[in-house]
Amino acid sequence: MKSLYVLPVGNVPGQILEWIDGTAAEWFPMPTQRMEMIPIPEGSYDAKRGQYQSVEIMKAVAQKAPGDAARVLGITEVDLAIPTLTFLFGQAQLEGTVAVVSVARLRQEFYGLPADEALLRERVVKEVLHELGHTFGLTHCHDPKCVMSLATHVGLVDSKEERYCTNCGMRIARRAAAMDGERT
Amino acid sequence: MKKVWPILVVDDEEVMCESMAAWLREDGYRVDTASSGQKAVELAKATDYAICFVDLKMPGMDGIETMMEIHRVRAEASIIIITAYATVDTAIQAMKEGAQEYIVKPCHPQEISMLVSRILKLKKLQSENVILRKKISRKYHHRDIITKNPRMDEILALTKEIASHRSTVLICGESGTGKELVARAIHYSGDRADKPFVTVSCAALTETLLESELFGHEKGSFTGAAGQSKGKFELADGGTIFLDEIGDISPKLQADLLRVLQERRFYRVGGAEEVVVDVRVIAATNKNLAEEVAHERFRDDLYYRLNVIEIRLPALRERREDIPLLAEHFVEKIASELGKDISGISADALKILIAYDWPGNVRELENVIERAIVTSHHDMLDEDDFAWLNQRASAEQTWNVPDVSLNELERRAIIAILERKKGNVKEAAASLGIDRSTLYDKLKRYEIAH
Repeated sequence: MKSLYVLPVGNVPGQILEWIDGTAAEWFPMPTQRMEMIPIPEGSYDAKRGQYQSVEIMKAVAQKAPGDAARVLGITEVDLAIPTLTFLFGQAQLEGTVAVVSVARLRQEFYGLPADEALLRERVVKEVLHELGHTFGLTHCHDPKCVMSLATHVGLVDSKEERYCTNCGMRIARRAAAMDGERT
Repeated sequence: MKKVWPILVVDDEEVMCESMAAWLREDGYRVDTASSGQKAVELAKATDYAICFVDLKMPGMDGIETMMEIHRVRAEASIIIITAYATVDTAIQAMKEGAQEYIVKPCHPQEISMLVSRILKLKKLQSENVILRKKISRKYHHRDIITKNPRMDEILALTKEIASHRSTVLICGESGTGKELVARAIHYSGDRADKPFVTVSCAALTETLLESELFGHEKGSFTGAAGQSKGKFELADGGTIFLDEIGDISPKLQADLLRVLQERRFYRVGGAEEVVVDVRVIAATNKNLAEEVAHERFRDDLYYRLNVIEIRLPALRERREDIPLLAEHFVEKIASELGKDISGISADALKILIAYDWPGNVRELENVIERAIVTSHHDMLDEDDFAWLNQRASAEQTWNVPDVSLNELERRAIIAILERKKGNVKEAAASLGIDRSTLYDKLKRYEIAH
């Protein structure tokens, strides 16, 4: 069976990787495998903005995708952006293989507040489910509680729940079931 | 569904194009990209993009030129100009040339998300508006007035001729002959079709209420006038006002209406400022207005103002050849609305319908067909479904005249009407078609207590 690979891009605390393993095992039927960390790609840093170009990180993650990868989720501590937008919590190929989540703006410290591990875990789980949902073909959901609803600031990430709504959940289950028979 | 609204992202930098497109695709939109103005215009020729994000600075054709070229092929496309440097001059130029919005990159995701959602909401409303207008226009088009009667054909030809003129029209005919349908056909076939068609039933309201309904009122002009309110004449500005049952309006309102027809301006109730409107007036009545004028119940000058073009609709009994056509039409329409599987109407049933006199005209025919469809248990309406109509006809037609003098008949008729109107002399006089003073004379003469 194909696997879901988790690829740290730059240093990422082991605790965060464990949260991701747990979340993936709960929601997706394929086995989860952790990959060796890769360095932040050279040329992805935009010095003028002090941020990293998400497209470059996505490319680097895609290049590392093993042959038996059902999905590859890049996870990074750096702050992501694209030329038109000031930041991204994450990015994914719609109905594709690759997704990336940035932890930078999920930390309370980013907003000048004391660290909050429980809150960070919730946010990481939600963003991982959200970006992986896109790789299963899900677009943004109108149910504000659904993890697939659009979050344009961290407050909206917090107001979602750590779950797909019934419709999105069913779609994920159907897609995952269709993949179930796929062997390497 | 968002996917029905395609979006185009135009930028010579691939990273910008693809990252923006990927972000919008996550939101469910169908997104295409173009790496130059020329390519964008080519794509726009093939696809009706709702929104085009266009970078201002591109080699060759720049953002403003690209926008203008896209507008040449897709006038309705909303263009959002994107630039890295905000300058007032370029913003002004972009907006002048027709850009819907102007954004400086990078911008907050929420800003783009709200912008797209706002533009698409507006487009959805515009598109629904166009569809509704087309539906209404089709619904009330001449070709949907069902007839093979030569007199009706002449009337329809006349309505087509007058559709785009502003002349006032007076439609006369018994209740249920389709006066409003003809008025709508005139409105929706003419130049005013995309403007309002406003209906006022003049008989339904008291004089004070009708005055406020027609002309609007200012705050505090009467008890309960909590704020300023526009009247139907203002609401119909640019379009048509349909004044149904015009023969029932009071002498004061007749004078007010005459002024509007002459000067196209009026005052709101309690207002000091004149309101000027461009409204076509179509009036309708089931009364003989010429007779009302002769009896001085209707102003002759208003009558002549209204009667610029007169259309007299025949009663259904005067166009019996239309009864089978109309009956089949109503069976199809009502059966489908009520979800009943009824395929048509039998020849024997049609004979009953053709023979009946239809005092309530086409409206009564429609109601009778609906009743038959609701109560029928067959897949074809037959004579049993209309048997009750024969009984109603004979009840209406048979009058056992008592063997008494004409005066006694009149006395009994007055007593019967007074009883029916619960002793209300005004209503009884109206029902008998005589003045109140005449009725009082008769009550005195026949020694009828009231």
